[in-house]
Amino acid sequence: MSVIELSHREPPGAARAAMMLQRAHWAAELFARYDIERVRRILDAVAAAGEAHAERYAEWAVEETGMGVVEHKVIKNVACSRDLWDRYRDHDYVSPRIHADDKVLELPRPAGVIFALTPTTNPIATVYFKVLLALMTRNAIVVSPHPGAKAVCADAVRVLSDAAVAAGAPDGCIQVVEEPSIPLIEALMTDQTTDVIVATGGNAVVRAAYRSGNPAIGVGPGNVPAFVDATADVAAAAREIVDSKSFDNSILCTNESAIIVEEEVAEKLIRELGRAGAHVCTPEEVERVREHLFPDNRMRLDLIGKSATVLAEEAGLKVPAATRVLVAPFSLVVPEEPLAREKLFPVLGLVRVPNTRAGISAAQAMLRATGAGHSASIHSTRAQTIMEYGAAVKVLRVTVNVGNSLGSAGVLTNLAPTMTIGTGFYGRSSLGENLEPRHLVNWTRVAYNADRSVPFDEFGGMQPWRLEAAAPAAPAAEPAPATPETDVLREEVRRLILEELKELTRQ
Amino acid sequence: MYDYGFFSYESKEDMLERSRAFWNPDKTDFWQDAGIDLVIDRREGYLFWDMAGRRLIDLHLNGGTYNLGHRNPELIATLEQAMQHFDIGNHHFPALARTALAEALVKSASPNMRRVIYGSGGGEAIDIALKTARHTKQRRKIVSIIKAYHGHTGVAVGTGDERFSKLFLSDHPEEFVQVPFNDLNAMEDALRARDVAAVIMETIPATYGFPLPAPGYLQAVKRLCEEYDTLYIADEVQTGLMRTGEMWGISKSGVEPDIMVIGKGITGGMYPIACTVVSEECSAWLKEDGFGHISTGGGAELGCVVSLKVLEICGRPEVRSMVHYIAERFQQGLRQIQEIYPDWFVGIRQDGVVMGLEFNHPVGAKIVMKHLYAHGVWAIFSTLDPRILQFKPGILLGPELVDEILDRTEVAIGKAYAEVRSGSREAVPA
Repeated sequence: MSVIELSHREPPGAARAAMMLQRAHWAAELFARYDIERVRRILDAVAAAGEAHAERYAEWAVEETGMGVVEHKVIKNVACSRDLWDRYRDHDYVSPRIHADDKVLELPRPAGVIFALTPTTNPIATVYFKVLLALMTRNAIVVSPHPGAKAVCADAVRVLSDAAVAAGAPDGCIQVVEEPSIPLIEALMTDQTTDVIVATGGNAVVRAAYRSGNPAIGVGPGNVPAFVDATADVAAAAREIVDSKSFDNSILCTNESAIIVEEEVAEKLIRELGRAGAHVCTPEEVERVREHLFPDNRMRLDLIGKSATVLAEEAGLKVPAATRVLVAPFSLVVPEEPLAREKLFPVLGLVRVPNTRAGISAAQAMLRATGAGHSASIHSTRAQTIMEYGAAVKVLRVTVNVGNSLGSAGVLTNLAPTMTIGTGFYGRSSLGENLEPRHLVNWTRVAYNADRSVPFDEFGGMQPWRLEAAAPAAPAAEPAPATPETDVLREEVRRLILEELKELTRQ
Repeated sequence: MYDYGFFSYESKEDMLERSRAFWNPDKTDFWQDAGIDLVIDRREGYLFWDMAGRRLIDLHLNGGTYNLGHRNPELIATLEQAMQHFDIGNHHFPALARTALAEALVKSASPNMRRVIYGSGGGEAIDIALKTARHTKQRRKIVSIIKAYHGHTGVAVGTGDERFSKLFLSDHPEEFVQVPFNDLNAMEDALRARDVAAVIMETIPATYGFPLPAPGYLQAVKRLCEEYDTLYIADEVQTGLMRTGEMWGISKSGVEPDIMVIGKGITGGMYPIACTVVSEECSAWLKEDGFGHISTGGGAELGCVVSLKVLEICGRPEVRSMVHYIAERFQQGLRQIQEIYPDWFVGIRQDGVVMGLEFNHPVGAKIVMKHLYAHGVWAIFSTLDPRILQFKPGILLGPELVDEILDRTEVAIGKAYAEVRSGSREAVPA
């Protein structure tokens, strides 16, 4: 017990954290002069380090946060390390681009220091994702993990940082706020040396990011309608939805919130949902779900990321042990209906509609309540309906005949793979796409007189930056060769992922 | 009218007049004659403003006192909080903050260090070191480096240039031997008679313009001390607290001193104290007669609390990283300037952010100092070698301010060169 009352005018740790930003600035200045080969070497090492620890951090994250499913987190962690780097390895956000026809030379200019907020729901995947994006674009990054996942995230950031620096990255280009608190985060967000905030998390934190006065990329919440129309392959739709809804116990913001099904195929869908591992509740059971899981019409936060069987137990339902999703039918999409709002646990609303027009209206109504700008899903074989649905619902990505959790996140579609879903103007965000590396770099455009008589210069083979200071603070070392142990782990992880993906994409 | 609340001046001229009348006429005039009409007013970070409102970047830092910047907000907050509970304390009794700081300092220093004795300033801490050495070895002789500077108090003044001891009839040449820096033969000659209590050395002599110790020199001096049964006192006042990239500059050489003196930056310019850290062997008088050296303000507890914070800040990994970046950037930038003026800007001495810039003129640094001042940078020449400019940036600088310093320095060095070449120097007060 302290004799002296240590009152702080600024939040504890703020001065230290501001120092982290300044250290990051020094690192960013140096990093911005790296060429593509150096950057690739660093990413090879960091992606490998992330993959090597994917399983350990998946276990640790579930243990620390009490949310999600270890196996699914392994998939996400690998998707956000090795797979992400595989996807972008041949992209170049580092070298000049020459547009001789337009007489424009483009020079990439990193943001500088990224202040990244990561959520408790997808802690490691988001840390991996943002760190890799920062490195691809030669930015320094200071990660502020959600306090609920701070230990595992801090450890992961240190591992990635060590790997990066050992592969030649500037010392201090990846750092972590070890003891995050709301006042401390606000202080860092408003710090003038923060170049851009990338906020993934709750609405409060995203709004604070935009209030900070600094450039910010923050995204809004989701509330995904899954429309199954009369033309759908109902059995396939049921499987996709149940797989997606049960993935990591629904804690991706892209998970399906409610099924909207055309009356004509409703009974068949309910049967198929049961076959796929969902338990479809009776009206009495729905009442119990409402009472126990949504007291006062609000989703219980302590149940986020819990499994369907745990939820059933909480609600006093008897369900088979293999149950992966609880389906709760309701009658009308209105703002006060909790079953029509975002649910970060495997409870899926279900509402029947008489026809396609009513289905689209119901989806629109869901997104009026919450989740605008985020994601929607449709299961249909009719192109006209798919297009009308896409044009009607207020979201910026619609996935078709695929589970939305990994569909909108770009894992099962060709959207950019991401842990940060831009919700655009509908969702009060500056970003309307899946966050990807190009969003973290600006380009200086060197433009010549358009008059045909004025020639353009030859820039091929020239380097815009000289790396005078080759020396990061820590002595550079070759990345550690993969040990037999990590090879074994990698094999195991690969096998697990292949199995899981096979199950997810059963065609 | 310059109203500072507690006092006021009619004008800058009025201030300077009263400074001559009531404070120090020679010093006041010295700077006016040198073209440095500076009266420091507001201060913040690595900047301060002259009374007339001119902004200057501080590269003098009072020899590292403002290592963490002027009025560092963390140190202000620390001192304010400490004042809610402490004052300077009572120097006779076991004291809370003195003990806590002593423990922290001992843990930060080389493993042979055991205890801390406090002074109120660096000079007193040097006096304590020298008196401790004399008690330990029961000999009077002290060996120091020619052109050394260890302060102006009663004993310390004997180690330095005779300019300062003779003025006050305080020179004792029979007790104080001086040898050239980097000269091991001279050092061995001075120690051979085994009648020397201690060798005292700044790890990099500041006032002499930071000549760097030759590789192996410090280690060899330490070996000679051991061979001839003499103590090694490391004056770390200007090289401590991460300024060389390590907490204590001496540790980079692997030398374990018998006594280490710490001052200036340890309190960040907020509440001065100084510290003498000693080994077990040198702790003897603290067991024999603990009242042997009494200092009411020595280790004032408010200063101790601030010092604990300074140590904590300096020990952060962020700081270590930044010192490296700052030193690297200065090295590159200064080399680029040197490439422009190779015959004028002839040398860069650098260890971390401890730097001496050498100019090819007997008082070259004075001329550069004047032009730097005119271009918004305050850095001081080396009193004992005016060819060398002491260039001492802080350890928390950001890249933007470092680039600004380099821009200003390049112009000032160029203008100083032009002045020297045109021979117009005599026409300008210098």
